[in-house]
Amino acid sequence: MQQSKPTPPNDDKRWKIINATMRRSGYAEHALIEALHSVQDAFGYLDETSLRFVAESLDLPASKVFGVATFYHLFTLKPKGRHTCVVCTGTACYIKGAGALIEGIEQRFAVNPGETTPDDRLSVLTARCVGACGLAPAVVLDRDVIGKQDADALVEQLARLE
Amino acid sequence: MHLDDMTERAEQYRAEKAHIAHELRVCMAASCQSSGAKEVHDALVEAARGHGDCEVKGVGCMGLCSAGPLVSVAPTAAASDDAVLYRDVGPGDSGDIVASVGAAPVDRLRCPTDQPFFARQQKIVLANAGVVDPDSFKGYVAVGGYFALLQALTEMTPAEVLQEVNTSGLRGRGGGGYPTGLKWSTVAKMPGGQKYVICNADEGDPGAFMDRAILESDPHRVIEGMAIAAYAVGANKGYVYVRAEYPLAVERIQKAIRKAKRAGFMGHHIADTEFSFDVELRLGAGAFVCGEETALMASIEGLRGQPRPRPPYPAQSGLWGHPTLINNVETFANIAPIIRNGGEWFAGIGTEGSKGTKVFALAGAIHNTGLIEVPMGTTLRDIIEVIGGGIPGGKSFKAVQTGGPSGGCLPASQLDKPVDYDSLRELGTIMGSGGMIVMDESSSMVDVARYFMEFCMSESCGKCVPCRTGTQQMHDLLDKIAKAQATDAELALLEQLCEVVQATSLCGLGQTAPNPVLSTLRYFREEYETRLTAGPARATWR
Repeated sequence: MQQSKPTPPNDDKRWKIINATMRRSGYAEHALIEALHSVQDAFGYLDETSLRFVAESLDLPASKVFGVATFYHLFTLKPKGRHTCVVCTGTACYIKGAGALIEGIEQRFAVNPGETTPDDRLSVLTARCVGACGLAPAVVLDRDVIGKQDADALVEQLARLE
Repeated sequence: MHLDDMTERAEQYRAEKAHIAHELRVCMAASCQSSGAKEVHDALVEAARGHGDCEVKGVGCMGLCSAGPLVSVAPTAAASDDAVLYRDVGPGDSGDIVASVGAAPVDRLRCPTDQPFFARQQKIVLANAGVVDPDSFKGYVAVGGYFALLQALTEMTPAEVLQEVNTSGLRGRGGGGYPTGLKWSTVAKMPGGQKYVICNADEGDPGAFMDRAILESDPHRVIEGMAIAAYAVGANKGYVYVRAEYPLAVERIQKAIRKAKRAGFMGHHIADTEFSFDVELRLGAGAFVCGEETALMASIEGLRGQPRPRPPYPAQSGLWGHPTLINNVETFANIAPIIRNGGEWFAGIGTEGSKGTKVFALAGAIHNTGLIEVPMGTTLRDIIEVIGGGIPGGKSFKAVQTGGPSGGCLPASQLDKPVDYDSLRELGTIMGSGGMIVMDESSSMVDVARYFMEFCMSESCGKCVPCRTGTQQMHDLLDKIAKAQATDAELALLEQLCEVVQATSLCGLGQTAPNPVLSTLRYFREEYETRLTAGPARATWR
């Protein structure tokens, strides 16, 4: 017998997408990572409310859901800024000066990788390798890969963001 | 379905395109897309309007990523060798390119294809990359796709398929180099019941993008290989575990699975045979350790990606305790050609111990950055100096790094060694999945070792102590050496730690984490020693 599933925390329509993801796998335990992807795609990050909702829906202890959410680098428990700049720190980008890009950003905006500017304008992250090694050093700015960057030009471009 | 029907189908698909004399192929893989390939594609479509005999086609990776966006103009009637390749194309060039079709090529954009970068390659895995539209099922069938699967299902027993793969001598392309036929046989020998086939597309080595390019360029080839494997080992369910960092690859493989299902080449009763095989996609979530097979399976089960001790091997007890075959993307991409041309054909390429070709991602301080496929046994010098075009900026070669964080750095003195599993292992590095990063004189080897150790330290899953704390301690020691604050005794301690972590870690991540340190110590020891602070113990090193 399928138990009745918990109702979403509020009437935000995005919960429907998340429910659909979990339903597709019959609310099986192994749908956890898929469900978390779905939450992050919809809301941008995972907060306690959404983690508890997923835990209840999949009938998993909250500790386990929290464990998985914090194990994987891609999941974030903090909201991101309006823009995200992911600096690739793969070997090719490292050799070609990814460090200088990060330093340039730190100096200009006073944020370290993993942090967001106080005005919520920009989140700076690093990635292990985005696989754009032919364009090293590369950054991913709001989902667009931009390659062959130098610190000055990148910082200027970031400064122009709304 | 009969094999003849398949041939007929392929002919029919080709006939549908018979009116097209020239294809304008635009590379739509991730690298060219980020250089503006989409805009080029759209501009070409606009410019080619009214030219009924021209077709603008989005294709996969053509290899020379640093010169993107790449466009090739190919007469459909002739072999693709006659294609004209253009580099650094912009949307504004579209008019000139369309006007040049069937006439003289546009010289200012031309990228010669007789240069060694193209001429010295031998393409098996990448044969369709840059030629077929990755999103087109018909396009794949038109070049002989799914023929091997049907051939296996209708004319071969599972044992015969295993035999061909065994004969081919194919070894796992993910890095370990375990004989593929042997792995398949182990799963096949397990008693019947639920079995799984997993494609490991969690390409985590920084500086490696072979699998991404294969998935983006020829996704059907990968799932065809998986289906053949499933038939051979008796599995009916498969998973492709792919990195979420590769959105384009995810999209294309998903589309390929859906289209293959609709055409009856995936799912229930494939091509009207008794064989059923269903594939699902699972997204990684950014954990390098999930490239390790037991960690990958844990992740598919929705758990933290932490490895477990082996044995039991996945072949005996894998996903949810069932026998599971795990191969990587490139391994599966080799299967269809092996079935079509026979294992003997494949075994005729490469070296004694390493058969076939290998795809490498060339990056770093090298002229031709991009993707290449060469026969096993090609020398490092050929790859770097001839195919790669050497080091730019008048600088000199210092080292080449293979195998990512599990591999090592080789100096100029080893450049004439052939690239195959066994030679590289003897030299203190590994083939790995195929990332090859070239460094010039400006790179410090201690820094490189520290970089990789920082990687392993933060990617360690934390389950076993040697890896969790060992990588941390090694990183701190390397940091001290890099900052010229370490003594001889600390270098000795570092070496000792390397041995301990190598010998006692639970999984490949920890066992191979010391490799970058050991190989740089082996070939570039003086770089470490010159950074040590003078101390009384110094003399004991000489």
